[in-house]
Amino acid sequence: MTDTVIAAPRRLGNSDALVARRYRSERRFKFYGIAAIAVTAVFLVLLFADILAKGLPAFMEHRLTLPMKVDQAAIDPQNSKDPKVIRAGDFDGPIRQAFRDLFPDVTSRADRKKLMGLLSSGAADDFRAMVVRDPALIGHDAKVPVLMSDDADQYLKGRQTGVEKFPGIGTMTAAAEGEQFKLTTDAAALPTPGDIVRLNGGAFRVLSIGNGVLLAEQLTAPKSLAPAASGTWDILRFTVPESSRRIDDQEALWLEHLKEQGLAQSNIAWRFFTSGDSREPELAGIRGALMGSILTLLVTLFLCLPIGVAAAIYLEEFAPKNRLTQIIELNINNLAAVPSIVFGLLGLAMFLNFFGLPRSAPLVGGLVLALLVLPTIIIASRAALRAVPPSIKEAALGVGASHQQAIFHHVLPLAMPGIMTGTIIGMAHALGETAPLLMIGMVAFIVDIPGSFTEAATVLPIQIYLWSDLPEIAFQSKTAGAIIVLLAFLFVMNAAAIMLRKRFERRW
Amino acid sequence: MSGTYFAILAILVLAAFVLGAQRARGLRGDLGGALHSLPAYHGLYIAAAVLTAMMAIYVVAAPLAEHYIVSQALGAVDSSTATEQMQRDATLRDIQNLVAGLYQGEPSDTLKAGAAAYSSASSLTFWGLNGLGTLAGLAVIFWGLGRIRPELRARNHFEHFVKYVLLACSAVAVLTTIGILLSVVFEAAQFFSKVSPIDFLFGLQWSPQTAMRADQVGSSGAFGIVPLIVGTLLITIIAMLVAGPLGLFSAIYMAEYATPRIRAIVKPILEILAGIPTVVLGFFAALTVAPLIRGTGQSLGLDVASESALAAGLVMGMMIIPFVSSLSDDVINAVPQSLRDGSYAMGATKSETIKKVVLPAALPGIVSAFMLAISRAVGETMIVVMAAGLAANLTINPLAAVTTVTVQIKTLLVGDQEFDSAKTLSAFALGLVLFFFTLALNYIALKIVQRYREQYD
Repeated sequence: MTDTVIAAPRRLGNSDALVARRYRSERRFKFYGIAAIAVTAVFLVLLFADILAKGLPAFMEHRLTLPMKVDQAAIDPQNSKDPKVIRAGDFDGPIRQAFRDLFPDVTSRADRKKLMGLLSSGAADDFRAMVVRDPALIGHDAKVPVLMSDDADQYLKGRQTGVEKFPGIGTMTAAAEGEQFKLTTDAAALPTPGDIVRLNGGAFRVLSIGNGVLLAEQLTAPKSLAPAASGTWDILRFTVPESSRRIDDQEALWLEHLKEQGLAQSNIAWRFFTSGDSREPELAGIRGALMGSILTLLVTLFLCLPIGVAAAIYLEEFAPKNRLTQIIELNINNLAAVPSIVFGLLGLAMFLNFFGLPRSAPLVGGLVLALLVLPTIIIASRAALRAVPPSIKEAALGVGASHQQAIFHHVLPLAMPGIMTGTIIGMAHALGETAPLLMIGMVAFIVDIPGSFTEAATVLPIQIYLWSDLPEIAFQSKTAGAIIVLLAFLFVMNAAAIMLRKRFERRW
Repeated sequence: MSGTYFAILAILVLAAFVLGAQRARGLRGDLGGALHSLPAYHGLYIAAAVLTAMMAIYVVAAPLAEHYIVSQALGAVDSSTATEQMQRDATLRDIQNLVAGLYQGEPSDTLKAGAAAYSSASSLTFWGLNGLGTLAGLAVIFWGLGRIRPELRARNHFEHFVKYVLLACSAVAVLTTIGILLSVVFEAAQFFSKVSPIDFLFGLQWSPQTAMRADQVGSSGAFGIVPLIVGTLLITIIAMLVAGPLGLFSAIYMAEYATPRIRAIVKPILEILAGIPTVVLGFFAALTVAPLIRGTGQSLGLDVASESALAAGLVMGMMIIPFVSSLSDDVINAVPQSLRDGSYAMGATKSETIKKVVLPAALPGIVSAFMLAISRAVGETMIVVMAAGLAANLTINPLAAVTTVTVQIKTLLVGDQEFDSAKTLSAFALGLVLFFFTLALNYIALKIVQRYREQYD
């Protein structure tokens, strides 16, 4: 105690400055708090904005409407009207022929192949479904919806490149010069190299410019080389260079042509909700994953709700204060903090290898998730039971009910809203869980829609994970679309939980 | 087989309830209402007895029946092919497919014999098990109906049964822990019989993939866990550098400054963040944050890996902000108001009170909140699976690609597995490490919180 230094009394003259400094530090400190919350909120907004921007286009798809005759010979030559025969008919050929007829200029084999690449490999599915639904169409004219390929779809959605169009002002003349063409114009605004000039039904890509003369290469042959008057020709400019997009200039020109003709339209992609997974992005949907999620969650719910509530009732009301009870309580708390992937290891080693349950099945997934969310439900149920005032139980006991009658007839019904809230939150947690299900093989590529608890299935979060790994840009969009669906489900579940809490919350 | 059995079980349980209750009601009518228990409890009592008996039979007999079918089927096939475990499984699968009509191609004669044996054994056990169960159920019903008397304490017996059911349900948590321990420890033990624990814990190289090819040099693979631990810690540290300050400051603001209206706005924001599935955050980290960091780094002339630890760490930090803030919020709120009042009385400003009085008082709780958040970050899988790399680089450069324990577990176990290779088994050893690490962190955190609570109670 000898070296205690007694601070000199502070001079009063400085106090104003000191107070000002202390207030400044006070404001600064408060600002840190606001800033921290603001950063978190901004992150959340960025996350949602990013996912919405990426995912919303996945709910739309581009389809061609091809007017064509539904060919009897290709589909149902014997006029049997048998759905089986119709289903086996050739729908692909007529569509391809009708599509080719739109571009009579395209003659070379390579170009035709490229042209067909604009159609989805499942383009005939809609046509087939349409004719099977309405066999009377056979032999008549119909407007047939034809799905476009993912790249074409992405282009038409403007996600491959931006397109700027300039109407031609002034006269433009094209003249052949060897392999290339010379374009001369009196227009004031000249195209730049890389632009595409369309005139007289042909298209030229500008290579270089010198003295008002454009050197260009031909993409599509024009009908004539006559001078094109103002307004009859135009310039297309792509904001992304050809080398860094999956649709080249030629394909882009075809697509622009289809768009201008009003043949390619954007429609709501119900397919996204009605079909299973596919290797082709434009055909892939989330129905299989949704069914898998529903089946898995059903198993989880039927296991963990009764077990969780029973455990909560026991621990809250009947458990003697002994070592076993202590161990159980400690266990529940610890289980709540075990990483979810460890539950996956449990599922793999116990349920699959030891008990020999089927791999990839919603049954096993549901089992694992039930164990995973059990602590959540037990903790929530215990809180709900505790919130019921003891006077209720005491009154029941007072009029002669047994302990169990008091609990099951009086306390439990009053705690039910709280228990349901906890259960819904637990289910929402289970719906978003991915890692443990990866371990038990729910990660396979599954095209069929699962129909039972033991069939191979995948779930929505795993579908998201699988798609996010694929290189196609269209799958990125699908991934974000699936995320939007997942978040919508979570939102609805949480909103239901909040409603339930608000509606049945009682102040005793 | 099980479907029929449980259908019979359900019917008999229902019948037991109805018959028991009716019998008791009849007794009451005869005697003028002098039963010990309500008639429904008599019914429940018998129903519980039937349920117990039939479940016991199923639990014992079903695995035996399964074993019998398999041994009969394999016995009918040439026994010499049935020595190897793998071959036995394959044969069995063929037989099952043949019975189900899913077999591809023309089955051999031995396979047909096996299938025949399989079918006959199946139908035998089907009738045997169901018959046994039905008989037992009916016997219990008759026994129970005979026991129904006015003085039978049916309610007490039934409540006793219910209590055991409740106890069994709460024991599921303990069974889960035991299950986790057993599954992880058994496989890890097998792993450690192939790779020494010293090499595992202190080895500086992790390349399990080489273990696939037995003929190669270094075919045993390298199972040094140090690069994984360093990678995990690197990402965790980045995450805590984000979540620590942000979470703590938002907790302080929420607990000390925010009006109820602001709390009502901010709390849902944090809850929404906590409710976002990690696969969504992983997608965001891999496809938005990582390219952003890479682009920024390259424009600054830095060499950034496309799967940098920074991207995964940043997003993971965002994920654990709600944990840090809600736990810290609780402990700050738990600091007695008298401490604050004392500080204000001395003339301290609010921030001075928080810094000098509230935070020191809440420190143990905040430390435990951080520990829980760290255990969350260490065990997190999807964000790192999607945004962090696979290559086990031993580096502490946040711009380089590192891998984590959870990523390796996932990589080793997804896809085809052979449960005798060190490669697959090493995943369980990693799981063991992960389990005990998080368990230890949680245990310490809980102990700290408990001690801290006692201080103010």
